Amino acid sequence: MSDLRELYQQVILDHNKNPRNFRELEDARRVEGFNPLCGDHYTLFLQVDDHDVIRDVSFTGSGCAISKASASVMSSTVKGKSKEEVGRLFETFHRLVTGDTSGVDSTELGRLAAFSGVSEFPARVKCATLAWHTLRTALDGHAESVTTE
Amino acid sequence: MSPAHSTLPSLPAAKYDVQAVRADFPILSTTAHGHPLVYLDNAATTQKPKAVIDRIVRYYSSENSNVHRGVHYLSEAATSAYEDVRSVVMRFINARSEKEIIFTRGTTEGINLVVQTWGRKNIGAGDEVLISAIEHHSNIVPWQMLCDEKGARLSVIPVNDSGELSMDDYARMLNPRVKVVAVGHASNALGTINPVRQITTLAHANGSLVLIDGAQGVPHMTVDVQAIDCDFYAFSGHKVYGPTGVGVLYGRQSLLESMPPWQGGGDMILSVSFEKTTYNALPYKFEAGTPNIEGVVGLGAALQYVSALGLDNISAYEHDLLLYATRRLQEIDGLRIIGTAREKAAVISFVLEGVHPHDIGTILDQEGIAVRTGHHCAQPLMMRFNVPATGRASFGIYNTRDEAARLVDALRKVVEVFR
Repeated sequence: MSDLRELYQQVILDHNKNPRNFRELEDARRVEGFNPLCGDHYTLFLQVDDHDVIRDVSFTGSGCAISKASASVMSSTVKGKSKEEVGRLFETFHRLVTGDTSGVDSTELGRLAAFSGVSEFPARVKCATLAWHTLRTALDGHAESVTTE
Repeated sequence: MSPAHSTLPSLPAAKYDVQAVRADFPILSTTAHGHPLVYLDNAATTQKPKAVIDRIVRYYSSENSNVHRGVHYLSEAATSAYEDVRSVVMRFINARSEKEIIFTRGTTEGINLVVQTWGRKNIGAGDEVLISAIEHHSNIVPWQMLCDEKGARLSVIPVNDSGELSMDDYARMLNPRVKVVAVGHASNALGTINPVRQITTLAHANGSLVLIDGAQGVPHMTVDVQAIDCDFYAFSGHKVYGPTGVGVLYGRQSLLESMPPWQGGGDMILSVSFEKTTYNALPYKFEAGTPNIEGVVGLGAALQYVSALGLDNISAYEHDLLLYATRRLQEIDGLRIIGTAREKAAVISFVLEGVHPHDIGTILDQEGIAVRTGHHCAQPLMMRFNVPATGRASFGIYNTRDEAARLVDALRKVVEVFR
């Protein structure tokens, strides 16, 4: 069970049960994210200011604990950050969940560090990164949907 | 079905020795994440007995050559190994003639063959194709493509809350525009066994042809295409303990004769000039190119293996396992079984309150238990039951009550993690 406890850390279980920013936003960019393989499906709502700084972000939809908790933790981490800052954070997060942790500064990650266990479960990397891919598309100003396939 | 053609000893009907069966499957003695493997993903693909593995090794060690070509010793050995399987298949599904047995890449290719040849010739604007709400994508999408091309209509027979076809609706939906009815023998996602004989009788009375997607029929029960009276029956080798990449399309001979060829190439011709090609006779007309000889030979060994066990014995054994597993799974609080048809193959789809199937799959995997999680290539069906996905335990000839009990124990751990 130790790998499982690593994967399903308390932060993840908590955010899965009580996702933060789990609502629709008015006057927001709206991008859908799919994982067709397992049926994860979220809609991300994004408000940015004139300098591409995130004013507010929220999401709705359904999926596994990893994808939902990831969307929830992400939404409460990126508010007030610029597009560039989010890009760097995603890169660090991506390295964390794929196990490429050399040079990763975990203090920079905060609660995102709870996803470290994902690296032991390669099939779940897509779950952990779905919301991030969707956010990146929204930040680029594209309105199309994102799929992990 | 008589196992008389088999080279393996047949077991007495009353005695099904599952431990002897298990010993025939090398992969079942391996471990996954430190636990003895519990393989419950048989609806996706089955494991292979040593008889199949050895047969393929023997083919490559002493018979390998191209078929229907040379006059040399090996070519004759390969051709006879390949063609012998055609009669094994013929007897296995009780076809009338070897000419009715077309080797394909699998069920999907068999359905596409019918759609692209019979379908393109016989379906026109305003015609209707009837499928059911529990079809696999492979029995939806090829028909949808055809209907789009021809301006025909794809209609869907609904299912009730147990996952059974509504036969009243089906009877009402049959009308003179319906040219073909295409339904699964058994549902890969729910396990429902369709009343294929009754479906065919009604369709024929309406002047419609019937195609049966038998991918989940052949592994679990005796299949007699003459008793069903269907016009086409497609199945895959890998779901019945044979290799991947090989399957069978059965077609009524008169229909196959009337159909244009599908793929052009070697083996499907009698003579070729740049002005005109004369096509080969059945079944070769539909087997262009060098076939999957190794796959066909392995499929023959697989069908002989299950025939020796006896398909009726397999059905009875798996049914007992289904009842046991269903009863044990229902003991888990918050677990709901999707698909409770009276006639079911040993497939159990389930959801667990508050836990997404993907998380269930990961946790079971850590316990050495392989199940499928997701939409099972049946997205419209998931929508019908209002679930994004399910977990699915699908049983085969080597699974045991003990393994079903391990599944239940592991699901209790899932509940514990997410409590």
